Amino acid sequence: MSLEPFGKITSRTVVLPQENIDTDQIIPARFLTTTTREGLGKAAFYDWRYDEGGRPKNSSIFNGVNPATHRILVAGSNFGCGSSREHAPWALLDFGFRVVISSDIADIFKSNALKNGLLPVTVDKETHQRLLASPGAEASVDLETQTVRIDGGGEARFSIEPFARRCLLDGVDPLGRILGQMAEIEKYEEARA
Amino acid sequence: MKPQSLFDKLWARHVVVEETAEAPALLYIDLHLIHEVTSPQAFTTLATRGLNVRRPDRTLATLDHSTPTLPAGKDGRLAYASAEAAAQVETLIRNCEREGIRLLGLGDKDRGIVHVIGPELGATQPGKTIVCGDSHTSTHGAFGALAFGIGTTEVGHVLATQCLLQRKPKSMRVNFRGALPAGVGAKDMALAMIAQIGADGGQGYAIEFAGAAIGALSMEGRMTLCNMSIEAGARVGMVAPDEKTLAWLKGRPMAPAGDNWDKAVDDWLALATDDGAAFDREVDIDISALSPMITYGVSPDAAAPVGGAAPEAASEAQAHGADYMKIAAGTPIAEVAVNRVFIGSCTNSRLEDLRAAAQVLRGRRVKKGVVMLVVPGSEAIKRAAEAENLHRTFIDAGAEWREPGCSMCIAMNGDKGEPGDLVVSTSNRNFIGRQGKDVRTVLASPATAAASAIEGRIADPRPYLAKETANVA
Repeated sequence: MSLEPFGKITSRTVVLPQENIDTDQIIPARFLTTTTREGLGKAAFYDWRYDEGGRPKNSSIFNGVNPATHRILVAGSNFGCGSSREHAPWALLDFGFRVVISSDIADIFKSNALKNGLLPVTVDKETHQRLLASPGAEASVDLETQTVRIDGGGEARFSIEPFARRCLLDGVDPLGRILGQMAEIEKYEEARA
Repeated sequence: MKPQSLFDKLWARHVVVEETAEAPALLYIDLHLIHEVTSPQAFTTLATRGLNVRRPDRTLATLDHSTPTLPAGKDGRLAYASAEAAAQVETLIRNCEREGIRLLGLGDKDRGIVHVIGPELGATQPGKTIVCGDSHTSTHGAFGALAFGIGTTEVGHVLATQCLLQRKPKSMRVNFRGALPAGVGAKDMALAMIAQIGADGGQGYAIEFAGAAIGALSMEGRMTLCNMSIEAGARVGMVAPDEKTLAWLKGRPMAPAGDNWDKAVDDWLALATDDGAAFDREVDIDISALSPMITYGVSPDAAAPVGGAAPEAASEAQAHGADYMKIAAGTPIAEVAVNRVFIGSCTNSRLEDLRAAAQVLRGRRVKKGVVMLVVPGSEAIKRAAEAENLHRTFIDAGAEWREPGCSMCIAMNGDKGEPGDLVVSTSNRNFIGRQGKDVRTVLASPATAAASAIEGRIADPRPYLAKETANVA
């Protein structure tokens, strides 16, 4: 199985400045009864976007967001905390996001995002503040050089786990690597039996 | 040899291929727990790639998240929240049948919440690596297992290979100092810990809980504490195995028996952290004056003593939380009105939790206008509680006694609050909308939840516990 290789994304940002945006916000649990990965974009931030009757909220920060031109989500610290639901990155990707930037991203969310081609980018506090202060700004995220460039000034490097980076750049699914180590797995099992 | 921590020992034992600069370690998984919500897409991936489940003998499935907690109707049908929820349950049943995985299905006497049934059956053991597509997998760390939550792609990796690619996390030891005062328990310790280190304080770390107070906790209490590790951002929370661990496991259906038991015991007791082992971070938490704790905001680190007042918001997020909760800074916490109470979840649905709630409720009534749900964690707990007549105490008090499942913790099976409700809940997350749209959640221990049900406002359970003791004496 291969994913779309991740290169460089240049896009406008959507800014959610709140800290601790948990996966129940990203996709409420009532949407988790699905048995597929597809079509969850409509459920992304559902309760932020729609009222009880399913009508778009006037106050929603997502109003006017064009998924084709707003592919970078900038969020407050500890983004993606809470549940391990992979439906969260599936929903964000299906909505149109390809990058999430914060000062601090929760471990399980980060791991899930990387496996689906949603790039989790952790930046220093100063860059984070600059991004938070300029919603809708154009930014470029380059995975090859591991840099974020903000239109109108500011550039920062980010670190990322090297194996996950390689998989994203090449569009490769990590399961292939594990299957390629089956001899080692069998040897381990025999030694412990 | 260099002194090692419990975590170091468990990690080293399970490395199939060592970590390098370029690639994570390949880590062997001894036990894979699965449930209906986070597994269907993983089985689909296997089918698409022409793979089968490699070790069905190391896989154990249960139904808990989407299942109704009301018994079947006269027509024998369960009232699922939606046709999709019913289909999700059917999907797991089919997947387990096809792959030869043991499923604790509907009607199985051992069915229950995934983090309750593992320890109950003795499948959860010291020294094991345990994963599940559920963040509260940290619960199993109470037995000295290395247990953590994973996403659905990784569920697929484990189904197909019994292994995961993982970087070794950093290590943190949380030392609880002092003895736990009367009327205060593991849930209060967990909330105090999260309030001290923050909702992201454990990010990137595996936590070991240590100190005399941990040794004094029951296994149920240790499970409650390890369960909440993820609410501090840590995927792993663990406690070294000791005599209590052994006493819990001995004779359980999946625990070793005979000579194998003796061998296992020697091995397990050697897992404890060596003197002088290094941790990347050490945190001390003084619990000698700890009070019952509750949350007042929308993140688990917004926790305070039940006798205190809601503090001033220190950030915009906290101000937003106070706004959502309608609990202004300075409000005495014990004045906050409550109209729903939930006792259950993988955090607090075990027999000890139900006993604690029943002790407070015995001979008393749930306040008029308060809806109270008591949901045991498993069929076995339900039977044990009924054998002690705990269900009578709940029903006589005016609470509902339900069938086992996750219920209102995640509120995806139809059990939920109504907009505006304030729920005192023994679960683990007070996130906005977690228990229903516009529902406000206050996290607390079973005793605090029961006392709050009686008073119709957030209440300190200690006066009830004291009276009870006096009555008994």
